[in-house]
Amino acid sequence: MKAEHVVQLELHVNGERRTAVARPADLLLDVLRESFGLTGAKPGCRNGDCGACTVLVDDRPMKSCLMLAVESAGQAVTTIEGLQDEAAQRAFVEQFAFQCGYCTPGFIMNIVALSRLEPQADEGTIQDWMQSNICRCTSYEEIGKAIHVVLGKR
Amino acid sequence: MPMIPYPFDYYQPATVGEAVALFVDLDARGKQPLYFSGGTEIITLGRINEVYTEAVIDVKRIPDCREIGRRSGAFVWGAALTLSEIHDARLFPLLGETGAGVADRTSRNKITLGGNVCGRFIYKEAVLPLLLTDSPLRIAGPGGERTAPIGQLFDRTLRLGRGELLVQAMTDVRYAAFPYVTDKRRKGSAIDYPLLTVAAIRAEEGIRLAFSGVCAFPFRSTEMELILNRREVPAEERIATAIARLPAPILNDIKGSALYREYVLKVTLGETLERLEKGVAIG
Repeated sequence: MKAEHVVQLELHVNGERRTAVARPADLLLDVLRESFGLTGAKPGCRNGDCGACTVLVDDRPMKSCLMLAVESAGQAVTTIEGLQDEAAQRAFVEQFAFQCGYCTPGFIMNIVALSRLEPQADEGTIQDWMQSNICRCTSYEEIGKAIHVVLGKR
Repeated sequence: MPMIPYPFDYYQPATVGEAVALFVDLDARGKQPLYFSGGTEIITLGRINEVYTEAVIDVKRIPDCREIGRRSGAFVWGAALTLSEIHDARLFPLLGETGAGVADRTSRNKITLGGNVCGRFIYKEAVLPLLLTDSPLRIAGPGGERTAPIGQLFDRTLRLGRGELLVQAMTDVRYAAFPYVTDKRRKGSAIDYPLLTVAAIRAEEGIRLAFSGVCAFPFRSTEMELILNRREVPAEERIATAIARLPAPILNDIKGSALYREYVLKVTLGETLERLEKGVAIG
C-alpha cells in the first residue's frame, strides 16, 4: 500500500472524537470494527443487502458497508455501543426478538432511528423501513412485536 | 483483506467547476477518476473488482448537487440528493414513490438520484419519472455546461462525455398534478429483487409510459404510447401490439424468464391503463 493512500481520519463516534489511520477506500464498517474495536456493527453480506451493519449517521440509519469511513467525517456516527437503555433494546429483550442475535444490532439501530424520525409511523412506513434488515433465523414475528412496543402501538 | 482491494484517493470539491477541473487533472494523470455521489455502486462493484479507480471525486458537498425545491416553475433535483430525501420531500410523488422502488429504505438513505440515473445497474427506477416528464438535465463538463431534455440525452444509458457530471434535473411543476401510476412487480414477495417497473402519467395528449426491468435498459417509447392510447381498440389488443414493438428483447434471466416477464408486463399494463383511463372521455 502506498503511503499516499493512507490518511488520518477524525470521526465523531458515540459522542467521542476518535482518530484512525485508514485508506480512503476503507469502509466505515471496517474502521469501526478494526480501528475502534466497535464490533456491534456486524459484517453480513457486505453488499448492502442484509442490514446487519446498520449504524446511525447524523441520526439516519446507514449501512456501514455502503459508506466509506472518510465520508462520515464531520458527521455524528452512532453504533449499538453508543445506545444506553433504549426502548428498542428493552423491547427486544422483553419480546425475545432474537435467536442467534447476529442481526439484532442492525435491527435495533434502524428501529431507534424510526422511533426518533417517524414516531407516528404507520404500518406501511414500518414495513418500508424494516425491509432493510434481514433475520436469517426468521424472528420477524417477535421483532414486529418489539417494534410495535417501541412505537407505542401495543 | 480490505473490502475494496485497491486503494484510491478521495477528493471533496466545493463547487461544480472544482469537481470538473479535478476530473480533468486526475484523468490526465491516468488516475481513472470517478464522480462519487452515494457511491454504493462504486463500493459494491469495487469489492468484486468490477469497478476500478485510483481517485473518487465526492460531489455530495457541492451545493448545486444538493439543491431541492422550486425555481422558475420547475422542481430542481440536485443529483446528490438521496432517494429517501426526494421521497420524504413529497414535492413530486411520482418521482418519490418510483425512486422508493430502488433497493430498500436504508440503502436509499445513501443511493442518490444521480447515482441511480448514471450507474451501471440496469434497474434505474428513478429515471422513469424524468423520462415521462422529459425533464431537462443540467450537465457540467470540461467543455462547459449544457442543459437539455432527458429525451435527448438518455438512450439506454445517460450519454455523458468524458468528465461530464450530472448536476441537476428539473421537472415542470405542472406534472405534479397529473394522475400517475407507478408499479414495481417482484417475483416472490414485498422483499425481493425487482422483476419490472411500469411508471405512467396521464398527460393532456394521452398516457405516457416508461419501463424498467423489461428490456436490458430503462426506456420510454412514444411508438408504444401511440398504440396504447388508441382507445377505440380493446385494451388487450393494444397491449399485445405494443409489446410486439418493444425496443429490445425482453430480459430473460434468473430473476424471471422472458415469457414470465411478458405475462407480468401484460397484466401490469392492463391495470395501469384501466386506472389511468378511468373517467377520461374517449377522444
